[in-house]
Amino acid sequence: MSEKNDILVQVDHLTKYFGVKGLKGPGVQAVEDVSLFIKRGETLGLVGESGCGKTTLGRTILRLHEPTSGKIIYDGQTIYEHEYPFESKTVEVKDKGGATRQETMLVKKVVPKEKAVDMLPYRRKMQIIFQDPSASLDPRMTVGEIIGEALDIHKLCPSKKERTDRIKELLGMVGLNTEHANRYPHEFSGGQQQRVGIARALAVRPEFIVCDEPISALDVSIQSQVVNMLEDMQQDLGLTYLFIAHDLSVVRHISNRIGVMYLGTLVELAESYELNKNPIHPYTKTLLSAVPVPDPQVSRTRQRIVLEGDIPSPMNPPKGCRFHTRCPYATEKCKQAVPQLKEHSPGHWAACHLLG
Amino acid sequence: MAKYILKRVLMAVITLFIVTCLTFLLMNAIPGSPWLSEKTPTQATIDALNEKYGMDKPVLVQLGMYLEDILHGDFRVSIKMQKDRPVLDIILDMFPISAAIGSIAILWAILVGVPLGCLAAFKRGTWVDSLLRVICTLGISMPGFVVATILLYLFAGGIPDWKVFPTIFDGTWQSYILPCLALGFYPMCYLSRQTRTAMLDSINQEYIKTARAKGLKNKKIIFKHALRNALIPVITYLGPQIAFTLCGGFVVETVFSIPGLGRYFVSSIQNRDFPIIMGTTIFLAAFIIVMNLVVDLLYKLVDPRINLSKGGN
Repeated sequence: MSEKNDILVQVDHLTKYFGVKGLKGPGVQAVEDVSLFIKRGETLGLVGESGCGKTTLGRTILRLHEPTSGKIIYDGQTIYEHEYPFESKTVEVKDKGGATRQETMLVKKVVPKEKAVDMLPYRRKMQIIFQDPSASLDPRMTVGEIIGEALDIHKLCPSKKERTDRIKELLGMVGLNTEHANRYPHEFSGGQQQRVGIARALAVRPEFIVCDEPISALDVSIQSQVVNMLEDMQQDLGLTYLFIAHDLSVVRHISNRIGVMYLGTLVELAESYELNKNPIHPYTKTLLSAVPVPDPQVSRTRQRIVLEGDIPSPMNPPKGCRFHTRCPYATEKCKQAVPQLKEHSPGHWAACHLLG
Repeated sequence: MAKYILKRVLMAVITLFIVTCLTFLLMNAIPGSPWLSEKTPTQATIDALNEKYGMDKPVLVQLGMYLEDILHGDFRVSIKMQKDRPVLDIILDMFPISAAIGSIAILWAILVGVPLGCLAAFKRGTWVDSLLRVICTLGISMPGFVVATILLYLFAGGIPDWKVFPTIFDGTWQSYILPCLALGFYPMCYLSRQTRTAMLDSINQEYIKTARAKGLKNKKIIFKHALRNALIPVITYLGPQIAFTLCGGFVVETVFSIPGLGRYFVSSIQNRDFPIIMGTTIFLAAFIIVMNLVVDLLYKLVDPRINLSKGGN
C-alpha cells in the first residue's frame, strides 16, 4: 500500500493525436503510447528536441489537451481512461498514375466513450508553469487579479482580507514586492513575469506542478535564479515536478530521474546520474554527446555523434521504431516492430530492439 | 490624462475648421444654385436673393463671414427647404428621430453581432461557422436598400395575409422595428466577423490555457479572458459607426419615409440649401470626432497596456 502511495502521477499508454482538417487519418501524432510514473516529491525531467511532444505530454497529463487515449491516474484516482480509437487497416490507395497499391494506415474505429472526471478539484492539485511568461498572463488583469482569480475559483479565501494577505504572501514567496500586486504584467521584466506565473501556480497550494520549459524564455542569469527558486519551493512545500526542457544541463541539475522523448515516444527513462553516465538508447547517446562541455580540451577530443537527416513529420511517423530512419544501428527488425519500453537494469528503462 | 484630452480637443478644433472650409469651398464649386426651381425666377429676383443672403460677395469673403457667424454660435437660417428657420433648430428637431432609430439599431447589432462572432469562433470549421459566414458576408455586401426592401416584402405586405409591421414610419413602436433591423444589419454582420477574427486570435493565446489550468469554467474563460482581449478592434470600428448610424441612414430613412436627419441632409444637397449642408456636415464631423475621442479613452479602460500620454495616437 505504501508503495502505491509513493506514486503521485501515473500515465499508461497515453496518446494524443491532433486531427488535421481534410485528412482522414489520425493527423499529427504528437504523443504516442507513453507510459511513465512520477513519485511523490521527486522531479522527473523530460528532454527531447523541439517538436518531440514534451509540452504536449505535459499538458495532456493535466488534461489541458484532451487525450486521445490511455489512462491517467492521479494519487490513486483515475482521472481519464479511454480505449485506443484507431486500428491498422490495409487500404487500397490510388497513385497519381492511376495504379492502385496497398497501404496500411490507421483508421478510426468505434470504441466506448472515454471515462473522464470533472477536473475542477484536480486543478487545485495539479498546476502548470508555462514557457512564455508574457503570453501566459492575461494582459488586461493586474498581477493581484491574476493570482486572486485562482483563489476565487477554488474558494480558498473566504474573506477579502485573507485574499489580499495570501496574494501578498505569494508575491513574497517568489521574491516580488507586495506593491507589485496592482501592476499589470507588461510592466515587469521577463524574469519577474515568470515569478508571477509561479506565484499563480502556487496560489492553490498544488502538489504537482508541470514546469513547461519555465526558463527557456529567460536570460541565463535569470534562469539560475528561477531554477534555484523552484528547488527551494520544492523543499519547502514538498512539491512534485514534471520538468520539461530542451536544455540537458539544467534538467540534469534539477531532476531525480530523466525521461528522453523522440517524436512523441518515450525512448529512455532512468535516474539522472545513471542516464548521464550510462545512456543505453542510441538517441540518448546522441543527445548527450551534443551537450556543450565548458572545457575546450575535453570538447576537442570527445566524439560527437551526428545524426543523419531531419526529424520525420509526426503526421506520418516511420513504422516500427520511430527512430530507425536516423539510427546508425538500425536493423530490419527496427523497421517492422515497435520496441516496447523495458527495464534493462533496476530503474533504467529503454525502448530499443538492439538491447534485447 | 488632462493634457492628452486638451491636445485632442485642440486637434478636434483644427479638424473641424478644415472640414468647414473644405465643405464650404466644394459646395460653392458645384454647379446650380438654390434659386433654380421649376418656375425660373427673373435675374432681378436672383440678384436680390443673393444679396439678401450675402451670396454676391467673393467665395473667400463669404467663408470668412460664415466662420465668424458660427464662432458666435449662429448657424444661419435655411434658405430654401424651411425658409428662414434656424438651421440649429432644424437639426435639433430631426436628430432625435434618427438618433432613436440609430441607437436601437447599433444596440441590437452589438448585442447580436458580438455573441454570434464568439459562437463562430468557438464552432470554427463547423456548419454553424459556415452558416454565419454566409449570412455575414451577405449582410456586408448587400446594399441597405436591398435589405430594407427584403424586410418590407417579408413583413409588410409582400406575403398575402401576413402584414406584421407598417410600411411607413408613423412613430408607433411597430414602425420602429423594420427600420432598426435594416439599419443594424450591416454593422451586426461586420461586428460579428470582426469579433470572430479577434476571438480566434485571443483564444489561441497562452493565457487562455493558464485560465483553464486555474480551473475556470469555459463560459468564464470566454467572457472574462478571451472577449475582453478581443474587444479592441471591435471598439475601434464601433466609434465612428455609432456616429454614422445615429446621424441617420439616408437609404433606410428614404425607404421607410422617416423624417430623419440622414434623409434631410441628402435632400438639402439636392436643393443646394447651403446653410443646412454646412450645419449638418459640421454636426456630423463633430460627432465623429467626439466618438473617436471616446473610443481612445475606452482603449485605456479595456487595455491597460495602452499609454495615452505617450505618443497619443
